[in-house]
Amino acid sequence: MKVTRRQFVKGGVAAFSVTFAAPEFLSDLARAQGAHTRNLIVLNLSGGMDILSFLVPYQDANYYSRRPTLAIPAANVLQIGTDASGVALGLHPRLTGVKQIFDTGRLAFVQRTGYANQTRSHFLGTDIWSTADPNNSQALGWVGRYLDALPSPVDPLVGWNTSGSLPHVLQANKVAVPAIPSPTTYAFQSPNGTGTEGQAEKAAAIRMASHIPIDRPEVAFVYSSAQAAMATLDRVATVGTYVSSVTYPNTGFGQALKAVAGAMFRGIGTKVFYVTTGGFDNHSNQGVNPANGAFYGLMASLNDGLLAFHTDLKNQGMLEDTLLVTFSEFSRRISENGSTGTDHGAATIMMVLGGRVNGGLIGTAPNLNLDPKNPTLENNAADVTFETDFRSVYARIIDNWLGTSSVSLLGADFRKPSLTFI
Amino acid sequence: MHVAEEQRLRPQFSGPDPVTPRAPAPEIEHLLRRAGFGARADELEFYGEMSIPQAVDYLVNYEQVPDDVDSKIGTLGYAGITTRAPGFLPVSSIVDARQRWLFRMVHTNRPLQEKMTLFWHNHFATGYNKIAGIYGNTEGARYLAAKASEDPGNVRGQVEMLRDNALGNFRDMLVNIAKDTAMLVWLDGRTNTRAKPQENFGREIMELFTRGVGYYTESDVYAAARVFTGWNLARPGTGTAQHYEYLYVAGQHDTGEKTFSFPIYSNGSRTIPARAAAAGEQDGIDLINALAGAPETARYLAKKLYWFFVSDTRAPAQSFVDSIANVYLQSRYDMRAVMRAVLLSTEFWEPRAYFARYAWPVEFIVRAMKDVGWRGFSVDTARTSMSAMGMDLYEPPDVAGWDAGETWFSTGAMLSRMNFASGLAANQRNNLVTAARPNAGTPERLVSFFLNEMRTAPLAGGVQQDLVDYLRATGNWTGSDAQLNQKAPALAHLITGSVEYQFV
Repeated sequence: MKVTRRQFVKGGVAAFSVTFAAPEFLSDLARAQGAHTRNLIVLNLSGGMDILSFLVPYQDANYYSRRPTLAIPAANVLQIGTDASGVALGLHPRLTGVKQIFDTGRLAFVQRTGYANQTRSHFLGTDIWSTADPNNSQALGWVGRYLDALPSPVDPLVGWNTSGSLPHVLQANKVAVPAIPSPTTYAFQSPNGTGTEGQAEKAAAIRMASHIPIDRPEVAFVYSSAQAAMATLDRVATVGTYVSSVTYPNTGFGQALKAVAGAMFRGIGTKVFYVTTGGFDNHSNQGVNPANGAFYGLMASLNDGLLAFHTDLKNQGMLEDTLLVTFSEFSRRISENGSTGTDHGAATIMMVLGGRVNGGLIGTAPNLNLDPKNPTLENNAADVTFETDFRSVYARIIDNWLGTSSVSLLGADFRKPSLTFI
Repeated sequence: MHVAEEQRLRPQFSGPDPVTPRAPAPEIEHLLRRAGFGARADELEFYGEMSIPQAVDYLVNYEQVPDDVDSKIGTLGYAGITTRAPGFLPVSSIVDARQRWLFRMVHTNRPLQEKMTLFWHNHFATGYNKIAGIYGNTEGARYLAAKASEDPGNVRGQVEMLRDNALGNFRDMLVNIAKDTAMLVWLDGRTNTRAKPQENFGREIMELFTRGVGYYTESDVYAAARVFTGWNLARPGTGTAQHYEYLYVAGQHDTGEKTFSFPIYSNGSRTIPARAAAAGEQDGIDLINALAGAPETARYLAKKLYWFFVSDTRAPAQSFVDSIANVYLQSRYDMRAVMRAVLLSTEFWEPRAYFARYAWPVEFIVRAMKDVGWRGFSVDTARTSMSAMGMDLYEPPDVAGWDAGETWFSTGAMLSRMNFASGLAANQRNNLVTAARPNAGTPERLVSFFLNEMRTAPLAGGVQQDLVDYLRATGNWTGSDAQLNQKAPALAHLITGSVEYQFV
């Protein structure tokens, strides 16, 4: 349950209400805090993406014997080279755009990321990747903690959540990140239209939202949302009219990335974006190979969205300001199940993409042999075990991209000198 | 329309007396916000005659009230539906199924049945898209929303099953859900076989449906998957009657023994014995019996009921959890007894429990329709607005259900609520003007009238004055019809879209 998390949010509302900036200062703040500065995009691949169908060890005989129906034939993978352990790797055949980005040297795959005793629960797993604390899955989100540490007052558009509800990774004490799934419908309506009467009503709504009863945290929380909504309407409207340099796929994922690019282009002050795309919980009929298969479709959506985004940013001169990092709560079991699908597994891959990324294959792929003592596997050689703590990846981003101390943000030293992707 | 019916169905805004407090005590409104979806005028009048224990008894013993709400769909005086070609077909169109459920929530005279059905839908959260993706859209709607009486193959969709058993026995509910077609697709039980056990259902029945996370181990998941091997689907019938339904396939059952980390039998044994394949269905029954009877399950359900019915802004007292868990175990999992205890608990009636729950989008929308009015308003508009607020019936985001509480209140979702309120108020403009007319002497009086008709959590200081100021904002107050024509719907919009209205 989300009990404890709720307590955290409650505890923070009072702080939020006193540090929140008044609307008239917002545009100045936006300029001061973020316009055309570095952006971080956190992309959640929800459901537990099957890494072995994404980045394929196509010369490993155990991959083929353990996945008799799901394995991708070696001839079909998009070869991208050999990692430090000498394992030859290839991308899913639908990821032609991802390969194109990889070939520019601006995409890194950090292999075997995870943590000790990784949970196989979607919900606990997502909580842990969000808090960056396996021992406190109810803590605030790591990005939320970053936002909390920004100097007050914080612009309410400092973060932009493209999903409908607040993800755990953005949960903060002081900053309510607005959820803006579509910038074009993010507008105030009145029964009396947009004329004088409607404007008077909008003014009344803004005044009503300006009171915050700090003695009632749950009410104050909703006030903070209403207030942030009213304060951000006009700037978000400018994003709705963004004309991109490429056509984005008409998927939720593609349109979310277009909104991100638009927000960056308009320079409205946002520093952190959250994007999520799901459907990776492929227990049955995973459909890795056929063009109408479920996983194949997921790869198509991922590929086409990322390629459009990358191309658009490059065309608009914004790629250098951008860092995108992915997370998924776990990868999947190595051996396929009886339903031509895969069950919940352990270590996964994190992707890091951006104009200043040192791309390539980082870390080592697992050896898939069934020896229970195989050090790259766990759970009697059923699952991949982690090599790089996911918090080390976060730490590198926090230190070298967000420019703040990972040791204080993560509460411990997870820096790993060999990680130099940024 | 007959006058009598007109009276009975009138929205609350047609009261003739200016600023007269409504007869029913705030207690009844609190009860109906939680055990239902707010109160229509006729409900307030009806329940207003009862004491609290009488009202609770009436709500939990809803079988004595005719279940005739579906017959009202498409008739005069009720909320509208939107019909698309080839017709209104909740048995095979998920859009129409959503409309039907919303209609029921507004117009049912068995409010607790609908509220509990929503509770179970969130508890056994099953999503339409996956089923539709595998069997097609019409079949997807069918296995979630068909009534047996309207389906050629007598298919009863999952949510209809939940509705039929809304205050039934929890153990029986678990057996039903384990054999439910939509669930067997949703959590892949249909492919769970001896050779390759499928862990999805085995995990979630322990993590989300019964014991809760932390009260099972990974090896329990493997064991539970093996227990349910062979609980698959068959496809009997021909023509339009052909359908998927549960079948125990003995040849696909793992006959070996299965050992758990918790007791399965009353003698404390943790091992389900090896059984002949033909008798292997009993494995699943034994596990379900153990899960239903576990004190961990009792406490898990007690907490979930607290979040849903009492408060999601503070944690339940251990005494509440223990007491409700005790009723659950003593009654052998009788949800009617459990819900009676919840609704009569001290915690439910504490003053601080009033408006101590964040309204779910569906609760907000249905209550707004009951407060502002519904005639000429299609539940289909409510359906699309709800989606923008983060909630589609029959489409929870995942098997854990909706991430409720404060997470409903992102900025985008808050705007969607305000914008729904705008559309509803504009739609009800004439009714609102009629209701406002006798109360329009001064802006102060009109605001008091509206706030009396639409209960909110106590308003933050200054909000009521903001509303009064708005009425004076664009010219001197006259209270004329021309002025009310703009101001009355705007006032309903501002109040429905206010922060304090977002609590139940």
